[in-house]
Amino acid sequence: MVITGVCLLVFLVLLCFFLGYMERKVAAFMEIRLGPNRVGPKGSLQIVADTVKLLFKEGLTPDCADKFLFNLAPGIMVVTSMLAVAPIAFAKDFQIWNINIGVLYVSAISSMGVIGILMAGWSSSNKYSLIGAMRSGAQIVSYELSIGLSLISIVILTGSLSLSDIVYSQANGWWIFKGHIPIIISFVIFIIASTAEINRAPFDLTEAEQELTGGFHTEYAGMKFAMFLLSEYINLFIVSAIAATIFLGGWMPFHIGGLEGFNHIMDFIPSSIWFFGKTFFIIFVIMWFRWTFPRLRIDQLLNLEWKYLLPISMVNVLLVTLMAIMGWHF
Amino acid sequence: MLLGEDYITEEGEFVINMGPQHPATHGVLHMKIWLDGETIKKVEPHLGYIHRSIEKMSESLSYRQFVFVTSRMDYLSAHINNQACALAVEKGLQIEATPRAQAIRVIMAELTRLASHQLWWACAGLDLGGVTPFFYAFREREAINDVMEETCGARLTQNYMVPGGVMNDIHPNFQKRVKDVLKQIKDNFHEYDEILTGNVIFQNRLKDVGYISKEDAVSYGCTGPTARASGVSCDIRKLFPYDGYDKLQFEEILSTGGDSWARYQVRMAEMLQSVHIIEQLIDNIPEGDFAAKTKVVIKLPKGDFYQRVETARGELGVYLVSDGAAVPYRCHYRSPNFANLSAIPRMAKGAKIGDLVAIMATVDLVIPDIDR
Repeated sequence: MVITGVCLLVFLVLLCFFLGYMERKVAAFMEIRLGPNRVGPKGSLQIVADTVKLLFKEGLTPDCADKFLFNLAPGIMVVTSMLAVAPIAFAKDFQIWNINIGVLYVSAISSMGVIGILMAGWSSSNKYSLIGAMRSGAQIVSYELSIGLSLISIVILTGSLSLSDIVYSQANGWWIFKGHIPIIISFVIFIIASTAEINRAPFDLTEAEQELTGGFHTEYAGMKFAMFLLSEYINLFIVSAIAATIFLGGWMPFHIGGLEGFNHIMDFIPSSIWFFGKTFFIIFVIMWFRWTFPRLRIDQLLNLEWKYLLPISMVNVLLVTLMAIMGWHF
Repeated sequence: MLLGEDYITEEGEFVINMGPQHPATHGVLHMKIWLDGETIKKVEPHLGYIHRSIEKMSESLSYRQFVFVTSRMDYLSAHINNQACALAVEKGLQIEATPRAQAIRVIMAELTRLASHQLWWACAGLDLGGVTPFFYAFREREAINDVMEETCGARLTQNYMVPGGVMNDIHPNFQKRVKDVLKQIKDNFHEYDEILTGNVIFQNRLKDVGYISKEDAVSYGCTGPTARASGVSCDIRKLFPYDGYDKLQFEEILSTGGDSWARYQVRMAEMLQSVHIIEQLIDNIPEGDFAAKTKVVIKLPKGDFYQRVETARGELGVYLVSDGAAVPYRCHYRSPNFANLSAIPRMAKGAKIGDLVAIMATVDLVIPDIDR
């Protein structure tokens, strides 16, 4: 168990290296330029060079900062984001912790990340950080509701909170195909809300470089800053993995009912490839958002949640409930 | 409390300093902001961080030299600043630039306007959180800078306009390269609309933000696209034509919106008008001298001379007082950005922090031009 855990931590750090590289290459692709291409083959070691740079930088703590909270905040961010990886099924029957309330666990843990942000913003003793933390409080608490409601729509259909049960329930087709329009709506809402939940553009108001110079992590440098970056990428991976598990069948291959030959061929592709393929597709979509959309304003951000996403999700949950009771889904 | 004693006023307002080092002020502008939550109660611009006393320096430089100091004022409209000074000296000498020089000057000025508006578009996208538009605009801007480099020898502060004409003749490739640039801009212009103009988030960030009425725009002395977006007709190229602008067909873009979105649309339409102006001239550059004959040491007659031009940001006025010597007795520049900046506290009242960034982006300030 311990060895698996250590392997998972190493895997997550390597994954973040890859996501950092991927983000740069995706950005370059969107921005008609080449991206990193000097360090290592095709620039693949650029992120290692950056990490080494961050390691050697001075881990500055401002004089007026609350030193205990200031140094604790990056740790909380990383720990909370890493904890949420535990119940995710990476491949067929490969799960670190098969907990029967997986969905609840993930949403509970991921909402703890806001504590790290608030702590960082408050303890930095910087006005911009404080505004950034204030924004993140409003933002993350709001968008959690929509995430919860779109997760519930699948829980209603499956009748289980366990992530492995949800994957098995999609053996004859993924929920996004089986669930008609309501599930497509909750998928879209989940993607939008989770982009806001992990503070990525166009919802990166807590950092908002052009407004707040860096928001809650303005005062952080070196490895402490790198830990915020690490947690951002782990969070990106988690929300994509959850979306892939819940809506796109996790490690479950693509099956079409009735076509035995086709289904058989699909089963030959390893389940981990299915899982990571779907996850990276969603990661790409979220990166795509980041590099093509401008940022929302704080009141527009809250309007979007409270006036549009939340009412739509509530009606949507009713529709899904009706669908589950009447058995209209496939 | 960790933030110090005076972070909050007696009325409970949170005071933050935006700048002099801040990503969105595009230079060393310092804005003191009184906040109530996220809402701006008051904005106070503090100037002087990049004051280089260009006006005083001009008093010790000859009439040929002082032209080039002005490249460092509004560095994005360097050609047009130089042109204003050259025209002021020509006014004093009572000569006119040769027809060829006039055509070259107008082409260069419009290319500068295009490059400047492209940089503005790039930075407007960047300020509102979209990084990608920056690279799209720079693709075209680099092409314009390459043309400048070939003919003027420099890319940004070209120092190409001299009293009587231009410094040297255009490069043999000039016409072909300019036509290529124009084609590139026209072909790629739809991409600008696709990535930014048509985006709902972007439109919502700009609409009804930073409104300024026509009367206020006049009383604050706003000029250029900032004023034209409020419906003030103030295009110097139309009202007081110089260098043969009166012989050219182009429209003065006016809007009545008065908000950031109107300013955005006016600038976007102006880019196409600049393309239109260059197209009329590029095949019709008259033959002849590229500069009128002037004495080596220029001495203006006693008196004062004022010349105004339309830079990419508004009206630039050059006021020269001569006592008959080889250097100006007094020199003053009426810079567009100083007046436009003065309207920002008015525009930003009651807005959010994010709106202030949007307002500064659409007013398109160049800080060295404010301080001079």
